[in-house]
Amino acid sequence: MKRIGWSLVSVAFFAALLIAWQLAADAKLLNPLWFPGPDRSFGKLWEWITTGALWSPLADTVWRMFAGWLAACVAGVGLGALIASSTLGRRLLQPSAEFLRPLPASAILPPAILLLGFSDAMIVFVVAFGCVWPILLGAIHGFGSMDQRLVEVSRLLNLTPWQRAWKFQLPGAAPHIFAGMRVSIAIALIVTVASEMLSSQPGIGYLMLVAARAFRSADIFAGIIVLGALGFVTNFATQKLEDWLLRWR
Amino acid sequence: MGAIIPGGVLVLWEVLSRMGVLSEDGFSRPSRFFVAGAKALADGTLLAQTAQTFAAAGQALAMAAIAGIVLGAILGLFRPLERAASLTIESLRPIPSVALIPLSLLLFGFSRDMSAWVAAFACFWPILLVTISAVRSVDVRLIEVGKLLGYSFPRIIVKFALPAALPAILVGIRVAAGIAIVVTVTTEIVTNPRGLGFAMTMAAQSLQADLVWATLMWVGVIGYLLNWSLERLERRWLRYR
Repeated sequence: MKRIGWSLVSVAFFAALLIAWQLAADAKLLNPLWFPGPDRSFGKLWEWITTGALWSPLADTVWRMFAGWLAACVAGVGLGALIASSTLGRRLLQPSAEFLRPLPASAILPPAILLLGFSDAMIVFVVAFGCVWPILLGAIHGFGSMDQRLVEVSRLLNLTPWQRAWKFQLPGAAPHIFAGMRVSIAIALIVTVASEMLSSQPGIGYLMLVAARAFRSADIFAGIIVLGALGFVTNFATQKLEDWLLRWR
Repeated sequence: MGAIIPGGVLVLWEVLSRMGVLSEDGFSRPSRFFVAGAKALADGTLLAQTAQTFAAAGQALAMAAIAGIVLGAILGLFRPLERAASLTIESLRPIPSVALIPLSLLLFGFSRDMSAWVAAFACFWPILLVTISAVRSVDVRLIEVGKLLGYSFPRIIVKFALPAALPAILVGIRVAAGIAIVVTVTTEIVTNPRGLGFAMTMAAQSLQADLVWATLMWVGVIGYLLNWSLERLERRWLRYR
């Protein structure tokens, strides 16, 4: 009962802010050229939905985001398992991974454009590059920190390295990998939108940049709402997926 | 040991591009981009661009720290207010920072403010959340002492709540500093005619592959050094605690 009460308060607070925004826009306290009120912003979003103008760019953005992210998940877990399985691999590769991790993912956009041109493949590649580091480092850490007793058990059971990785190491590493994947999905959205803006590939990011050049501020705000919703939904979904897959813990 | 892989990649890169396997236009070759990098360093352009990027990132961090700490302290001390604002925070936080680039471009034009505001939005959230939880975990007795001494509320915050919460807040600021550089460079690459990001976009558009790779490596080194020194600073701070 008390929780429901607080959710109502929290909704009321949010609504009050929206009303304040509307009043400020109506009173021309905010320059209408730059700041449309919520009526015009949500109105534009509703227009996109009803005319169907939203779906094609949204599908483009979502596709690029997930293609890059999934590629990073596969590469990160595979490489991570490989690096963690041998001390030599770890010594050789971990410093390079640590060096590349703080590099802004968008910084490889200019060379990627030189090599791949303005294309979908270029964006997916840059997204994957940006997403791979948290997953890779999570996987290295997860696979590397296997309990010594489990190593002995697997030796007693005469397991092949492959069986050992699948039965013991992957479940142990999963929480670290998922933590990396959840960080990466947020990176995927940011890099996708930035790449679309730079390379003029159709998508939500490009739509918004074109709107800014034409001073159509309602379109910009509708785009911000869409991207915020996309960020919220993807974060929520990966969180739920993680809870469900790790429910045995 | 760690230098074997990067060194090997560079040697292979040089050999393959000399053999013509890798196209000169896109890949250039390591010997060329070290020369291009040295030239850009010597004539000062690279350093000037680095300074522009750091100025924008620093401005972003300062704005985010002020807003995040003030709002975080208020929300952390008044639990009801924090609960009321929770939906608002949860619905604004997932907005990707780059979504604000078009709006910022409209508001500030091609300027330092433009990238700084976008980066400040990204930096604000970790600082706000860390401050809320740090201020909330401040010992209640400290606040009571402040009240007994007859201090005004802002004075209690400045004298008791913030100093006790400071170590945790500094961790948040370190995280935000890394974010500030990443988002600033991203914004510069996408639109802004300043800084390291702009340098790379310009070099790519004028097909100077050697300069693109040189600047990319410079950005990597800068990011790594920044990360490293912030971690050192934090460790030193934690030791004093």
